[in-house]
Amino acid sequence: MYESIDCNKTIQVAQNVVHTAQNADPFVMSFSVFVLAIFVGYHVVWNVTPALHTPLMSVTNAISSIVIVGAIIASGGLEMNLATVLGLIAVGLAAVNIFGGFMVTQRMLAMFKKRS
Amino acid sequence: MLSANMVVLAYLVASVLIILALKGLSSPESSRQGNTFGMVGLLIAVIVTLQLNSVQNYAWIFAAIAVGGLIGGITARKVPMTHMPQTVAFMHSLVGLSAVLIAVSAFYNPVGYGIADANGSLHVASRIELFLGTFIGAITFTASLIAFGKLHGLLSGKPVTFAGQHLLNLVLGVLMIGAGVMFCMDATWAPFLIMLGIALVLGVTLIIPIGGADMPVIVSMLNSYSGWAAAGIGFTLGNNMLIVAGALVGSSGAILSYIMCKAMNRSLFHVLLGGFGGDAPAASAGGAQADRPVQSGAAEDAAFLLKNARSVVIVPGYGLAVARAQHALKEVVDILLSQGVEVKFAIHPVAGRMPGHMNVLLAEADVPYDIVYEMDEINPEFSDTDVVLVIGANDVTNPAAKTDPSSPIYGMPILEVSKAAHVLVVKRSLSVGYAGLDNDLFYMDKTMMIFDDAKKACEALIQALD
Repeated sequence: MYESIDCNKTIQVAQNVVHTAQNADPFVMSFSVFVLAIFVGYHVVWNVTPALHTPLMSVTNAISSIVIVGAIIASGGLEMNLATVLGLIAVGLAAVNIFGGFMVTQRMLAMFKKRS
Repeated sequence: MLSANMVVLAYLVASVLIILALKGLSSPESSRQGNTFGMVGLLIAVIVTLQLNSVQNYAWIFAAIAVGGLIGGITARKVPMTHMPQTVAFMHSLVGLSAVLIAVSAFYNPVGYGIADANGSLHVASRIELFLGTFIGAITFTASLIAFGKLHGLLSGKPVTFAGQHLLNLVLGVLMIGAGVMFCMDATWAPFLIMLGIALVLGVTLIIPIGGADMPVIVSMLNSYSGWAAAGIGFTLGNNMLIVAGALVGSSGAILSYIMCKAMNRSLFHVLLGGFGGDAPAASAGGAQADRPVQSGAAEDAAFLLKNARSVVIVPGYGLAVARAQHALKEVVDILLSQGVEVKFAIHPVAGRMPGHMNVLLAEADVPYDIVYEMDEINPEFSDTDVVLVIGANDVTNPAAKTDPSSPIYGMPILEVSKAAHVLVVKRSLSVGYAGLDNDLFYMDKTMMIFDDAKKACEALIQALD
Protein backbone atom coordinates (compact mmCIF):
# COMPACT_ATOMS: atom_id res chain seq x y z
CA MET A 1 0.00 0.00 0.00
CA TYR A 2 2.80 2.37 0.92
CA GLU A 3 4.44 1.39 -2.32
CA SER A 4 1.44 2.33 -4.39
CA ILE A 5 1.24 5.74 -2.72
CA ASP A 6 4.92 6.29 -3.44
CA CYS A 7 4.32 5.28 -7.00
CA ASN A 8 1.49 7.73 -7.39
CA LYS A 9 3.60 10.44 -5.87
CA THR A 10 6.44 9.71 -8.24
CA ILE A 11 4.13 9.76 -11.23
CA GLN A 12 2.65 13.01 -10.08
CA VAL A 13 6.09 14.58 -9.66
CA ALA A 14 7.11 13.30 -13.09
CA GLN A 15 3.94 14.72 -14.62
CA ASN A 16 4.65 18.05 -12.99
CA VAL A 17 8.16 18.06 -14.43
CA VAL A 18 6.89 17.26 -17.93
CA HIS A 19 4.19 19.87 -17.55
CA THR A 20 6.74 22.49 -16.51
CA ALA A 21 9.02 21.62 -19.44
CA GLN A 22 6.13 21.91 -21.89
CA ASN A 23 5.16 25.27 -20.50
CA ALA A 24 8.69 26.63 -20.69
CA ASP A 25 9.05 29.70 -22.82
CA PRO A 26 10.26 28.84 -26.36
CA PHE A 27 13.09 31.27 -25.76
CA VAL A 28 14.33 29.17 -22.85
CA MET A 29 14.27 26.03 -25.01
CA SER A 30 16.21 27.84 -27.73
CA PHE A 31 18.60 29.17 -25.14
CA SER A 32 19.31 25.63 -23.89
CA VAL A 33 20.15 24.55 -27.44
CA PHE A 34 22.34 27.65 -27.83
CA VAL A 35 24.39 26.96 -24.70
CA LEU A 36 24.84 23.27 -25.55
CA ALA A 37 25.94 24.19 -29.08
CA ILE A 38 28.57 26.55 -27.68
CA PHE A 39 29.96 23.67 -25.63
CA VAL A 40 30.05 21.41 -28.70
CA GLY A 41 31.75 24.19 -30.68
CA TYR A 42 34.29 24.77 -27.92
CA HIS A 43 35.36 21.13 -27.85
CA VAL A 44 35.32 20.58 -31.60
CA VAL A 45 37.25 23.75 -32.44
CA TRP A 46 40.05 23.17 -29.89
CA ASN A 47 40.74 19.95 -31.81
CA VAL A 48 41.24 21.76 -35.11
CA THR A 49 44.90 21.64 -36.10
CA PRO A 50 46.47 25.16 -36.22
CA ALA A 51 47.67 24.48 -39.78
CA LEU A 52 44.00 24.52 -40.87
CA HIS A 53 42.94 27.71 -39.10
CA THR A 54 42.47 29.60 -42.37
CA PRO A 55 40.20 26.92 -43.88
CA LEU A 56 38.39 26.88 -40.51
CA MET A 57 37.61 30.58 -40.94
CA SER A 58 36.42 30.22 -44.52
CA VAL A 59 34.23 27.22 -43.74
CA THR A 60 32.69 28.89 -40.69
CA ASN A 61 31.99 31.80 -43.02
CA ALA A 62 30.01 29.49 -45.25
CA ILE A 63 28.29 27.95 -42.21
CA SER A 64 27.19 31.28 -40.75
CA SER A 65 25.53 31.93 -44.11
CA ILE A 66 22.92 29.50 -42.82
CA VAL A 67 21.04 32.79 -42.33
CA ILE A 68 19.91 32.05 -45.90
CA VAL A 69 17.15 30.02 -44.21
CA GLY A 70 15.82 33.22 -42.65
CA ALA A 71 16.31 35.07 -45.92
CA ILE A 72 14.30 32.49 -47.88
CA ILE A 73 11.44 32.73 -45.38
CA ALA A 74 11.61 36.54 -45.63
CA SER A 75 11.36 36.45 -49.41
CA GLY A 76 8.88 33.56 -49.61
CA GLY A 77 5.68 35.57 -50.18
CA LEU A 78 4.47 36.12 -53.75
CA GLU A 79 3.54 39.71 -53.02
CA MET A 80 6.54 41.98 -53.67
CA ASN A 81 7.02 44.44 -50.83
CA LEU A 82 9.90 45.79 -48.76
CA ALA A 83 10.10 42.56 -46.73
CA THR A 84 10.34 40.34 -49.82
CA VAL A 85 12.86 42.52 -51.64
CA LEU A 86 15.17 42.79 -48.61
CA GLY A 87 14.82 39.04 -48.17
CA LEU A 88 15.83 38.41 -51.79
CA ILE A 89 18.92 40.61 -51.44
CA ALA A 90 19.83 38.68 -48.29
CA VAL A 91 19.35 35.38 -50.18
CA GLY A 92 21.80 36.59 -52.83
CA LEU A 93 24.40 37.79 -50.29
CA ALA A 94 24.19 34.57 -48.30
CA ALA A 95 24.50 32.55 -51.53
CA VAL A 96 27.75 34.40 -52.37
CA ASN A 97 29.12 33.25 -49.03
CA ILE A 98 27.86 29.68 -49.18
CA PHE A 99 29.28 28.99 -52.64
CA GLY A 100 32.36 31.17 -52.13
CA GLY A 101 33.07 29.86 -48.62
CA PHE A 102 32.77 26.16 -49.35
CA MET A 103 34.55 26.35 -52.71
CA VAL A 104 37.51 28.36 -51.46
CA THR A 105 37.78 25.99 -48.48
CA GLN A 106 37.79 23.02 -50.82
CA ARG A 107 40.46 24.70 -52.96
CA MET A 108 42.66 25.29 -49.92
CA LEU A 109 42.20 21.83 -48.44
CA ALA A 110 43.13 20.24 -51.77
CA MET A 111 46.53 21.94 -51.49
CA PHE A 112 47.50 20.27 -48.22
CA LYS A 113 49.58 17.26 -49.25
CA LYS A 114 51.95 14.93 -47.46
CA ARG A 115 55.55 14.26 -48.54
CA SER A 116 55.43 12.05 -51.60
CA MET B 1 4.79 19.50 -47.61
CA LEU B 2 6.93 17.85 -44.94
CA SER B 3 5.29 17.69 -41.52
CA ALA B 4 6.50 20.13 -38.88
CA ASN B 5 8.29 17.30 -37.07
CA MET B 6 10.02 16.17 -40.24
CA VAL B 7 11.24 19.71 -40.88
CA VAL B 8 12.75 19.95 -37.40
CA LEU B 9 14.38 16.53 -37.78
CA ALA B 10 15.84 17.48 -41.16
CA TYR B 11 17.28 20.63 -39.59
CA LEU B 12 18.75 18.40 -36.87
CA VAL B 13 20.49 16.26 -39.53
CA ALA B 14 21.86 19.44 -41.11
CA SER B 15 23.15 20.64 -37.71
CA VAL B 16 24.96 17.33 -37.12
CA LEU B 17 26.54 17.52 -40.59
CA ILE B 18 27.78 21.05 -39.82
CA ILE B 19 29.38 19.83 -36.57
CA LEU B 20 31.07 17.03 -38.55
CA ALA B 21 32.40 19.63 -41.02
CA LEU B 22 34.26 21.35 -38.17
CA LYS B 23 35.33 18.05 -36.64
CA GLY B 24 36.93 17.05 -39.96
CA LEU B 25 39.38 19.93 -39.69
CA SER B 26 41.28 18.13 -36.92
CA SER B 27 43.58 16.74 -39.63
CA PRO B 28 44.19 17.52 -43.31
CA GLU B 29 43.21 13.95 -44.30
CA SER B 30 39.72 14.12 -42.82
CA SER B 31 39.16 17.78 -43.70
CA ARG B 32 38.05 17.31 -47.30
CA GLN B 33 35.35 14.84 -46.28
CA GLY B 34 34.32 17.26 -43.53
CA ASN B 35 33.89 20.03 -46.06
CA THR B 36 31.58 17.77 -48.10
CA PHE B 37 29.52 17.10 -44.96
CA GLY B 38 29.19 20.83 -44.47
CA MET B 39 27.99 21.36 -48.04
CA VAL B 40 25.40 18.58 -47.73
CA GLY B 41 24.23 20.06 -44.42
CA LEU B 42 23.64 23.49 -45.96
CA LEU B 43 21.96 21.90 -48.99
CA ILE B 44 19.52 19.99 -46.77
CA ALA B 45 18.75 23.15 -44.81
CA VAL B 46 18.03 25.14 -47.99
CA ILE B 47 15.86 22.42 -49.59
CA VAL B 48 13.82 21.91 -46.42
CA THR B 49 13.23 25.66 -46.17
CA LEU B 50 12.25 25.95 -49.83
CA GLN B 51 9.48 23.36 -49.46
CA LEU B 52 7.80 25.23 -46.57
CA ASN B 53 4.23 26.22 -47.41
CA SER B 54 4.91 29.91 -46.84
CA VAL B 55 7.68 29.88 -49.46
CA GLN B 56 6.18 30.39 -52.92
CA ASN B 57 8.35 32.97 -54.59
CA TYR B 58 10.55 30.36 -56.32
CA ALA B 59 11.55 32.20 -59.50
CA TRP B 60 13.01 35.16 -57.64
CA ILE B 61 14.62 33.05 -54.92
CA PHE B 62 16.35 30.79 -57.45
CA ALA B 63 17.48 33.84 -59.41
CA ALA B 64 19.00 35.36 -56.24
CA ILE B 65 20.75 32.07 -55.38
CA ALA B 66 22.06 31.75 -58.95
CA VAL B 67 23.47 35.28 -59.09
CA GLY B 68 25.01 35.06 -55.60
CA GLY B 69 26.32 31.55 -56.21
CA LEU B 70 27.95 32.59 -59.48
CA ILE B 71 29.70 35.57 -57.90
CA GLY B 72 30.83 33.47 -54.94
CA GLY B 73 31.99 30.60 -57.12
CA ILE B 74 34.03 32.80 -59.46
CA THR B 75 35.60 34.64 -56.52
CA ALA B 76 36.50 31.35 -54.85
CA ARG B 77 38.27 30.10 -57.98
CA LYS B 78 40.08 33.32 -58.83
CA VAL B 79 41.19 34.78 -55.50
CA PRO B 80 44.95 34.43 -54.88
CA MET B 81 45.88 32.70 -51.62
CA THR B 82 47.81 35.80 -50.52
CA HIS B 83 44.43 37.62 -50.52
CA MET B 84 42.64 35.19 -48.20
CA PRO B 85 42.57 37.52 -45.15
CA GLN B 86 40.70 40.30 -46.95
CA THR B 87 38.45 37.78 -48.74
CA VAL B 88 37.40 36.28 -45.42
CA ALA B 89 36.88 39.76 -43.94
CA PHE B 90 34.68 40.71 -46.89
CA MET B 91 32.60 37.57 -46.51
CA HIS B 92 32.05 38.36 -42.83
CA SER B 93 30.60 41.68 -43.90
CA LEU B 94 28.13 39.89 -46.18
CA VAL B 95 26.89 37.72 -43.29
CA GLY B 96 26.46 40.86 -41.18
CA LEU B 97 24.56 42.68 -43.92
CA SER B 98 22.23 39.77 -44.65
CA ALA B 99 21.48 39.44 -40.92
CA VAL B 100 20.52 43.14 -40.86
CA LEU B 101 18.34 42.81 -43.98
CA ILE B 102 16.52 39.78 -42.56
CA ALA B 103 15.94 41.61 -39.27
CA VAL B 104 14.49 44.67 -41.06
CA SER B 105 12.34 42.38 -43.18
CA ALA B 106 11.09 40.53 -40.09
CA PHE B 107 10.24 43.80 -38.37
CA TYR B 108 8.39 45.03 -41.48
CA ASN B 109 6.36 41.85 -41.80
CA PRO B 110 6.33 39.97 -38.46
CA VAL B 111 3.24 37.97 -39.48
CA GLY B 112 5.25 36.29 -42.23
CA TYR B 113 7.60 34.83 -39.61
CA GLY B 114 4.87 33.87 -37.17
CA ILE B 115 6.39 36.13 -34.52
CA ALA B 116 3.53 38.61 -34.26
CA ASP B 117 1.08 38.86 -31.38
CA ALA B 118 -2.68 39.16 -31.79
CA ASN B 119 -2.44 42.82 -32.92
CA GLY B 120 0.07 42.01 -35.65
CA SER B 121 2.95 43.68 -33.84
CA LEU B 122 6.02 41.97 -32.39
CA HIS B 123 6.17 39.95 -29.16
CA VAL B 124 8.42 41.56 -26.56
CA ALA B 125 10.79 38.55 -26.60
CA SER B 126 11.04 38.82 -30.39
CA ARG B 127 11.82 42.54 -30.11
CA ILE B 128 14.77 41.81 -27.81
CA GLU B 129 16.03 39.08 -30.15
CA LEU B 130 15.60 41.34 -33.15
CA PHE B 131 17.49 44.13 -31.39
CA LEU B 132 20.43 41.84 -30.58
CA GLY B 133 20.54 40.28 -34.06
CA THR B 134 20.34 43.67 -35.79
CA PHE B 135 23.06 45.49 -33.88
CA ILE B 136 25.50 42.57 -33.93
CA GLY B 137 24.88 42.16 -37.65
CA ALA B 138 25.32 45.88 -38.31
CA ILE B 139 28.59 46.12 -36.36
CA THR B 140 29.86 42.98 -38.12
CA PHE B 141 28.99 44.53 -41.48
CA THR B 142 30.80 47.87 -41.23
CA ALA B 143 33.66 46.61 -39.03
CA SER B 144 34.39 43.85 -41.57
CA LEU B 145 34.33 46.36 -44.42
CA ILE B 146 36.95 48.49 -42.62
CA ALA B 147 39.03 45.38 -41.87
CA PHE B 148 38.75 44.45 -45.56
CA GLY B 149 39.90 47.94 -46.57
CA LYS B 150 42.90 47.79 -44.25
CA LEU B 151 43.91 44.29 -45.35
CA HIS B 152 43.46 45.04 -49.04
CA GLY B 153 45.47 48.25 -48.80
CA LEU B 154 42.51 50.50 -49.68
CA LEU B 155 42.86 52.07 -46.23
CA SER B 156 46.08 52.65 -44.33
CA GLY B 157 46.99 49.77 -42.03
CA LYS B 158 48.14 52.30 -39.45
CA PRO B 159 45.92 52.76 -36.41
CA VAL B 160 43.71 55.88 -36.56
CA THR B 161 43.60 57.44 -33.12
CA PHE B 162 42.28 60.74 -31.82
CA ALA B 163 41.54 62.33 -28.48
CA GLY B 164 38.31 61.21 -26.87
CA GLN B 165 38.06 58.18 -29.12
CA HIS B 166 37.14 55.71 -26.40
CA LEU B 167 34.71 58.19 -24.86
CA LEU B 168 33.04 58.61 -28.26
CA ASN B 169 32.67 54.83 -28.61
CA LEU B 170 31.27 54.62 -25.09
CA VAL B 171 28.71 57.36 -25.78
CA LEU B 172 27.71 55.74 -29.08
CA GLY B 173 27.37 52.37 -27.35
CA VAL B 174 25.15 53.80 -24.62
CA LEU B 175 22.97 55.67 -27.16
CA MET B 176 22.62 52.50 -29.23
CA ILE B 177 21.53 50.43 -26.24
CA GLY B 178 19.16 53.23 -25.19
CA ALA B 179 17.51 53.27 -28.61
CA GLY B 180 17.38 49.48 -28.50
CA VAL B 181 15.60 49.50 -25.16
CA MET B 182 13.10 52.04 -26.50
CA PHE B 183 12.50 49.79 -29.48
CA CYS B 184 11.90 46.83 -27.18
CA MET B 185 9.26 48.87 -25.33
CA ASP B 186 7.26 50.41 -28.18
CA ALA B 187 8.32 48.48 -31.34
CA THR B 188 8.30 51.51 -33.63
CA TRP B 189 10.57 52.33 -36.57
CA ALA B 190 12.26 55.48 -35.21
CA PRO B 191 14.24 53.88 -32.35
CA PHE B 192 14.91 50.82 -34.52
CA LEU B 193 16.51 52.89 -37.29
CA ILE B 194 18.45 55.05 -34.82
CA MET B 195 19.79 51.91 -33.17
CA LEU B 196 20.71 50.47 -36.58
CA GLY B 197 22.41 53.67 -37.71
CA ILE B 198 24.50 53.99 -34.54
CA ALA B 199 25.50 50.33 -34.76
CA LEU B 200 26.74 50.88 -38.34
CA VAL B 201 28.83 53.87 -37.19
CA LEU B 202 30.11 51.97 -34.16
CA GLY B 203 31.43 49.22 -36.44
CA VAL B 204 33.68 51.81 -38.09
CA THR B 205 34.82 53.66 -34.98
CA LEU B 206 35.65 50.44 -33.13
CA ILE B 207 37.99 49.12 -35.84
CA ILE B 208 39.88 52.21 -37.09
CA PRO B 209 42.25 52.40 -34.06
CA ILE B 210 43.45 48.84 -34.63
CA GLY B 211 46.67 48.37 -36.62
CA GLY B 212 47.48 46.00 -39.47
CA ALA B 213 49.33 43.27 -37.59
CA ASP B 214 46.57 43.02 -34.99
CA MET B 215 44.28 41.97 -37.83
CA PRO B 216 44.55 38.23 -37.05
CA VAL B 217 42.70 38.96 -33.80
CA ILE B 218 40.17 41.25 -35.48
CA VAL B 219 39.41 38.89 -38.34
CA SER B 220 38.88 36.08 -35.82
CA MET B 221 36.69 38.29 -33.68
CA LEU B 222 34.52 39.33 -36.63
CA ASN B 223 34.27 35.65 -37.53
CA SER B 224 32.87 35.16 -34.06
CA TYR B 225 30.46 38.13 -34.43
CA SER B 226 29.11 36.79 -37.72
CA GLY B 227 28.24 33.58 -35.87
CA TRP B 228 26.49 35.42 -33.03
CA ALA B 229 24.56 37.46 -35.62
CA ALA B 230 23.36 34.22 -37.25
CA ALA B 231 22.37 32.84 -33.84
CA GLY B 232 20.48 36.08 -33.13
CA ILE B 233 18.46 35.61 -36.32
CA GLY B 234 17.90 32.00 -35.21
CA PHE B 235 16.39 33.22 -31.92
CA THR B 236 14.15 35.65 -33.80
CA LEU B 237 12.86 32.90 -36.08
CA GLY B 238 12.80 30.27 -33.32
CA ASN B 239 14.96 28.09 -35.56
CA ASN B 240 17.31 25.78 -33.65
CA MET B 241 19.51 25.00 -36.63
CA LEU B 242 20.42 28.67 -37.05
CA ILE B 243 21.11 28.84 -33.34
CA VAL B 244 23.35 25.76 -33.44
CA ALA B 245 25.25 26.89 -36.55
CA GLY B 246 25.61 30.42 -35.18
CA ALA B 247 26.83 29.21 -31.79
CA LEU B 248 29.40 26.90 -33.44
CA VAL B 249 30.78 29.73 -35.58
CA GLY B 250 30.64 32.15 -32.65
CA SER B 251 32.65 29.90 -30.36
CA SER B 252 35.07 29.03 -33.17
CA GLY B 253 35.89 32.68 -33.78
CA ALA B 254 36.17 33.35 -30.05
CA ILE B 255 38.68 30.52 -29.62
CA LEU B 256 40.75 31.76 -32.57
CA SER B 257 40.79 35.29 -31.08
CA TYR B 258 41.97 33.83 -27.78
CA ILE B 259 44.76 31.82 -29.47
CA MET B 260 45.91 34.89 -31.41
CA CYS B 261 45.93 37.13 -28.31
CA LYS B 262 47.87 34.53 -26.36
CA ALA B 263 50.43 34.27 -29.16
CA MET B 264 50.98 38.03 -28.88
CA ASN B 265 50.89 38.04 -25.07
CA ARG B 266 48.22 40.74 -25.14
CA SER B 267 44.70 40.80 -23.80
CA LEU B 268 41.72 41.05 -26.13
CA PHE B 269 40.78 44.26 -24.32
CA HIS B 270 44.21 45.74 -25.06
CA VAL B 271 43.93 44.82 -28.75
CA LEU B 272 40.42 46.31 -28.97
CA LEU B 273 41.55 49.58 -27.41
CA GLY B 274 43.91 49.79 -30.37
CA GLY B 275 46.69 52.26 -31.04
CA PHE B 276 49.38 49.55 -30.90
CA GLY B 277 52.00 49.64 -33.64
CA GLY B 278 51.86 53.36 -34.37
CA ASP B 279 55.10 55.20 -35.03
CA ALA B 280 55.63 56.53 -31.50
CA PRO B 281 57.91 53.97 -29.82
CA ALA B 282 60.34 53.62 -32.74
CA ALA B 283 62.52 56.52 -31.66
CA SER B 284 63.21 55.34 -28.13
CA ALA B 285 64.03 51.74 -29.00
CA GLY B 286 65.75 52.45 -32.27
CA GLY B 287 68.04 55.17 -30.97
CA ALA B 288 71.15 53.02 -30.99
CA GLN B 289 70.23 51.39 -34.26
CA ALA B 290 72.53 53.35 -36.54
CA ASP B 291 75.59 52.75 -34.35
CA ARG B 292 75.31 48.99 -34.06
CA PRO B 293 77.36 46.89 -36.47
CA VAL B 294 75.48 44.55 -38.78
CA GLN B 295 76.87 41.77 -40.94
CA SER B 296 75.28 41.70 -44.33
CA GLY B 297 75.97 39.28 -47.14
CA ALA B 298 75.04 38.36 -50.68
CA ALA B 299 72.97 35.42 -51.86
CA GLU B 300 76.17 33.49 -52.64
CA ASP B 301 77.28 33.65 -49.00
CA ALA B 302 73.85 32.50 -47.84
CA ALA B 303 73.81 29.69 -50.41
CA PHE B 304 77.20 28.49 -49.18
CA LEU B 305 75.93 28.29 -45.58
CA LEU B 306 72.70 26.56 -46.58
CA LYS B 307 74.39 24.02 -48.85
CA ASN B 308 76.83 22.94 -46.18
CA ALA B 309 74.23 22.72 -43.42
CA ARG B 310 72.93 19.43 -42.09
CA SER B 311 69.64 20.91 -40.94
CA VAL B 312 67.83 24.11 -41.96
CA VAL B 313 64.72 25.66 -40.43
CA ILE B 314 62.85 28.32 -42.41
CA VAL B 315 60.79 30.96 -40.57
CA PRO B 316 58.33 32.66 -42.95
CA GLY B 317 56.42 35.84 -42.09
CA TYR B 318 54.11 38.42 -43.59
CA GLY B 319 56.92 39.69 -45.87
CA LEU B 320 56.76 36.36 -47.71
CA ALA B 321 53.07 36.93 -48.45
CA VAL B 322 53.58 40.55 -49.51
CA ALA B 323 56.35 39.58 -51.96
CA ARG B 324 54.44 36.44 -53.07
CA ALA B 325 57.69 34.57 -52.65
CA GLN B 326 56.22 31.20 -51.61
CA HIS B 327 56.83 29.48 -54.97
CA ALA B 328 60.41 30.72 -55.28
CA LEU B 329 61.02 29.62 -51.68
CA LYS B 330 59.70 26.17 -52.51
CA GLU B 331 62.32 25.89 -55.29
CA VAL B 332 65.05 26.76 -52.78
CA VAL B 333 63.70 24.03 -50.51
CA ASP B 334 63.64 21.49 -53.34
CA ILE B 335 67.26 22.17 -54.22
CA LEU B 336 68.33 21.84 -50.58
CA LEU B 337 66.36 18.61 -50.12
CA SER B 338 67.91 17.15 -53.27
CA GLN B 339 71.33 17.91 -51.79
CA GLY B 340 70.50 15.95 -48.67
CA VAL B 341 69.82 18.90 -46.34
CA GLU B 342 67.06 18.38 -43.79
CA VAL B 343 64.57 21.28 -44.18
CA LYS B 344 61.74 22.21 -41.83
CA PHE B 345 59.40 25.18 -41.58
CA ALA B 346 58.55 26.94 -38.31
CA ILE B 347 55.27 28.86 -38.09
CA HIS B 348 54.46 31.38 -35.38
CA PRO B 349 50.71 31.51 -34.63
CA VAL B 350 50.43 35.19 -35.60
CA ALA B 351 52.64 35.03 -38.69
CA GLY B 352 50.75 36.72 -41.52
CA ARG B 353 47.44 38.53 -41.34
CA MET B 354 45.09 35.73 -40.27
CA PRO B 355 45.32 32.48 -38.33
CA GLY B 356 46.96 29.77 -40.46
CA HIS B 357 47.85 32.22 -43.27
CA MET B 358 51.43 30.90 -43.70
CA ASN B 359 50.31 27.27 -43.75
CA VAL B 360 47.99 27.94 -46.66
CA LEU B 361 50.64 29.84 -48.63
CA LEU B 362 53.14 27.02 -48.16
CA ALA B 363 50.52 24.43 -49.08
CA GLU B 364 49.77 26.42 -52.22
CA ALA B 365 53.46 26.23 -53.16
CA ASP B 366 53.29 22.42 -52.72
CA VAL B 367 55.29 22.34 -49.50
CA PRO B 368 54.22 19.07 -47.82
CA TYR B 369 52.42 19.85 -44.55
CA ASP B 370 54.42 17.29 -42.57
CA ILE B 371 57.60 19.40 -42.76
CA VAL B 372 55.71 22.46 -41.45
CA TYR B 373 55.86 22.74 -37.65
CA GLU B 374 54.05 24.82 -35.05
CA MET B 375 55.98 26.98 -32.60
CA ASP B 376 55.81 24.60 -29.63
CA GLU B 377 56.93 21.63 -31.72
CA ILE B 378 59.93 23.34 -33.30
CA ASN B 379 61.29 25.51 -30.46
CA PRO B 380 63.21 22.66 -28.74
CA GLU B 381 64.91 21.88 -32.06
CA PHE B 382 66.59 25.24 -32.75
CA SER B 383 69.61 24.50 -30.54
CA ASP B 384 70.28 21.51 -32.78
CA THR B 385 69.84 23.42 -36.06
CA ASP B 386 72.73 24.56 -38.26
CA VAL B 387 71.06 27.38 -40.18
CA VAL B 388 67.81 29.28 -39.65
CA LEU B 389 66.48 31.26 -42.61
CA VAL B 390 64.14 34.04 -41.45
CA ILE B 391 62.22 35.40 -44.39
CA GLY B 392 59.84 38.33 -43.99
CA ALA B 393 59.37 37.84 -40.23
CA ASN B 394 60.57 40.17 -37.48
CA ASP B 395 58.92 40.62 -34.08
CA VAL B 396 58.17 36.88 -33.68
CA THR B 397 61.94 36.18 -33.63
CA ASN B 398 62.98 39.06 -31.33
CA PRO B 399 64.98 37.62 -28.40
CA ALA B 400 64.05 40.70 -26.35
CA ALA B 401 60.68 39.03 -25.73
CA LYS B 402 62.59 36.51 -23.57
CA THR B 403 65.48 38.55 -22.22
CA ASP B 404 64.45 42.19 -21.80
CA PRO B 405 61.72 42.83 -19.21
CA SER B 406 61.52 46.49 -20.31
CA SER B 407 60.55 45.54 -23.88
CA PRO B 408 56.89 46.09 -24.84
CA ILE B 409 56.79 42.56 -26.25
CA TYR B 410 58.40 40.96 -23.17
CA GLY B 411 56.62 37.69 -22.42
CA MET B 412 55.37 37.14 -25.95
CA PRO B 413 56.13 33.58 -27.05
CA ILE B 414 58.71 33.67 -29.87
CA LEU B 415 60.48 31.30 -32.23
CA GLU B 416 63.83 30.86 -30.49
CA VAL B 417 65.90 31.15 -33.65
CA SER B 418 68.90 32.73 -31.88
CA LYS B 419 69.69 29.29 -30.42
CA ALA B 420 70.71 28.00 -33.85
CA ALA B 421 74.35 27.99 -35.02
CA HIS B 422 73.75 30.47 -37.86
CA VAL B 423 70.89 32.81 -38.67
CA LEU B 424 70.14 34.27 -42.10
CA VAL B 425 67.61 37.09 -42.20
CA VAL B 426 66.05 38.20 -45.49
CA LYS B 427 64.66 41.70 -45.04
CA ARG B 428 64.40 44.77 -47.21
CA SER B 429 65.99 47.09 -44.65
CA LEU B 430 66.74 47.39 -40.96
CA SER B 431 63.37 49.08 -40.42
CA VAL B 432 61.45 48.20 -37.30
CA GLY B 433 58.61 45.67 -37.27
CA TYR B 434 55.01 46.14 -36.28
CA ALA B 435 55.78 46.56 -32.59
CA GLY B 436 58.05 49.50 -33.52
CA LEU B 437 61.03 47.72 -31.97
CA ASP B 438 64.56 47.11 -33.07
CA ASN B 439 65.38 43.39 -33.23
CA ASP B 440 68.53 42.31 -31.34
CA LEU B 441 68.68 39.23 -33.51
CA PHE B 442 69.93 41.34 -36.44
CA TYR B 443 73.06 42.44 -34.54
CA MET B 444 74.24 39.05 -33.28
CA ASP B 445 77.59 37.66 -34.41
CA LYS B 446 75.93 34.55 -35.79
CA THR B 447 73.45 36.56 -37.89
CA MET B 448 73.89 37.53 -41.53
CA MET B 449 71.42 39.98 -43.09
CA ILE B 450 70.44 39.73 -46.75
CA PHE B 451 68.92 43.08 -47.66
CA ASP B 452 66.44 42.27 -50.39
CA ASP B 453 62.79 41.66 -51.17
CA ALA B 454 61.78 38.11 -50.18
CA LYS B 455 61.09 37.00 -53.75
CA LYS B 456 64.25 38.48 -55.27
CA ALA B 457 66.30 36.96 -52.47
CA CYS B 458 64.83 33.51 -53.11
CA GLU B 459 65.48 33.80 -56.84
CA ALA B 460 69.07 34.85 -56.17
CA LEU B 461 69.43 31.88 -53.81
CA ILE B 462 68.17 29.52 -56.53
CA GLN B 463 70.81 30.90 -58.91
CA ALA B 464 73.56 30.65 -56.31
CA LEU B 465 72.63 27.12 -55.23
CA ASP B 466 72.61 25.66 -58.73
